[in-house]
Amino acid sequence: MTQLQEVSVDDIKHLVSERAIQGETVLLNMGPQHPSTHGVLRLLLELDGETVVNCIPDIGFLHTGIEKNMESKTYAKANVMADRLDYLNTLGNNLAYSMAVEKLVELDVPERAQSIRVILAELQRIASHLIWLGTTGLDVAAMSTFLYCFRERESILDIFELCSGQRMMTTYIRPGGVWRDVPVEFEAAVREFIKMFPRRVDEYEALLSRNPLFLDRTFGIGTVSAEQALNFGMTGPPLRASGVNWDLRKARPYCGYEQYDFEVPTRTEGDVYARYIVRIEELRQSLRIVEQALNKMPIGPVCSSNHKFIPPPRSEIGVNMEALIHHFKLWTEGFSTPKGSIYNAIESPRGELGVYIVSDGGPKPYRIHWRTPSFDNLQALPFMAKGLLVADLVAIIGSVDIVLGDVDR
Amino acid sequence: MQPEFEPTIQALKKEFNAQISEFRGDVSAIIPAENIVSAAKMLRDEFDFSLLSTMTAVDHWPEEKPRFDMLYQFTSVSKVLSLSVLVQVPGINPSLPTITGIFKNAIWREREVWDMFGIKFEGHPDLRRILMPADWEGHPLRKDYPLGYEEPQFTFNFEEIDLRKPYAKE
Repeated sequence: MTQLQEVSVDDIKHLVSERAIQGETVLLNMGPQHPSTHGVLRLLLELDGETVVNCIPDIGFLHTGIEKNMESKTYAKANVMADRLDYLNTLGNNLAYSMAVEKLVELDVPERAQSIRVILAELQRIASHLIWLGTTGLDVAAMSTFLYCFRERESILDIFELCSGQRMMTTYIRPGGVWRDVPVEFEAAVREFIKMFPRRVDEYEALLSRNPLFLDRTFGIGTVSAEQALNFGMTGPPLRASGVNWDLRKARPYCGYEQYDFEVPTRTEGDVYARYIVRIEELRQSLRIVEQALNKMPIGPVCSSNHKFIPPPRSEIGVNMEALIHHFKLWTEGFSTPKGSIYNAIESPRGELGVYIVSDGGPKPYRIHWRTPSFDNLQALPFMAKGLLVADLVAIIGSVDIVLGDVDR
Repeated sequence: MQPEFEPTIQALKKEFNAQISEFRGDVSAIIPAENIVSAAKMLRDEFDFSLLSTMTAVDHWPEEKPRFDMLYQFTSVSKVLSLSVLVQVPGINPSLPTITGIFKNAIWREREVWDMFGIKFEGHPDLRRILMPADWEGHPLRKDYPLGYEEPQFTFNFEEIDLRKPYAKE
């Protein structure tokens, strides 16, 4: 039995104001099991009445040591753990990881695989934004959006299940391409979604965008200027809502995003409402990308044919000696990578999702670091919430759209 | 290397005697540890690297001098550039000056590096553990920290390992 140590209160005395020590303000614990902290976020609040004087986030409740674990796995196996980081953006995590490995070993990805990746990554963005919209609505007491959003998200998860057999932890995008080609039903399922979804977005907007109760709770709350947002390292929709046009899909196009016609919605207000508008608009833009990618999807292989890195097809193993050797090497030792370090970032639904890989030349990554967007976005929370009411704090947490698996890794 | 990098690279070389390398299109600069604060300030104010994307460390244990590589990933939103700045840190009493005065998100990032690698940041306003519990011992991402598998028990060592299990002393 490990000894439980008493942790002294002195450690956090410098974080609260002088008034808290004299007993004029109240220290209140919020979370980690609070429904509106979206997971296991704990906040220590210093309150003067209902006004937030100080807010001290305490994270790490969902720390699973994924970075350490990945160091002990081969490059192919580590991809499975990437899913578990940000559980609302599983395909995006796979994409970031696969692209980083491809950059490290200089692997080319076929055109068809790029299109499938784009379609799935954008559907994942829509699914993630739907969860955000539903839960944020719930936070500010708009119950019905939650139910509608989850209905639409379900049809996206069905598409994922169609491709990979899994609803969430798919590991469908792998270094070199995707696991296998999409089934014949895929196109019809996505077309069905494209047809149905624009009307649904209008419905959400009808419920919230001009709803006076929703406006009261979101307008002018939690304002961050462009300069402050950059200084806090915020990326993604919160940064774009503050007026910085920074989207990695446009700035440094990957997976062929340059061939699709879409806009990056920005606002200048930087408040909760601006973040809401940016994400709603992103739902529409993502759908545009999905439609274009589906129309342009070429025929061809879906995985690189470089069998030094990608396992050969099963049919070849029985007839081709070299294929058998590759198969054996890849499933026992794994592939080795050249010595060096790379950083690769993509635009996840929450912002810049970066992977830093250090390779020592062996079959396992020497060090993997995940630059997760929620970690930096959450840091600005105390700044945004200062001087506002506890109810506003709830709205701000919702608007930042954190995923605690992404924060704690 | 993109031509937009040239002025930044020249300045880093001139001011801080930086060693520049390039791998797969990623540009990285190794600079002396004592210069990191002025380098970060220069990158932000003069070359518009307004975003500190990430900070992390790499442990090269059992190599001792230098044991750690500290990575600072800077991004320029206006010029669409990404630059890695590396600083080498020795294994005995590892410490670095803090850059929290320049980039606010360094507050949590440095806490994470302290938590995971035990590198101290001089002048940090709130250097506590961030992901691990406050009473945790050791720094998990160091290479001399075991991954923590459960020991498999066999007939010949069943009793011996059983005694080491957490429930043994209850």
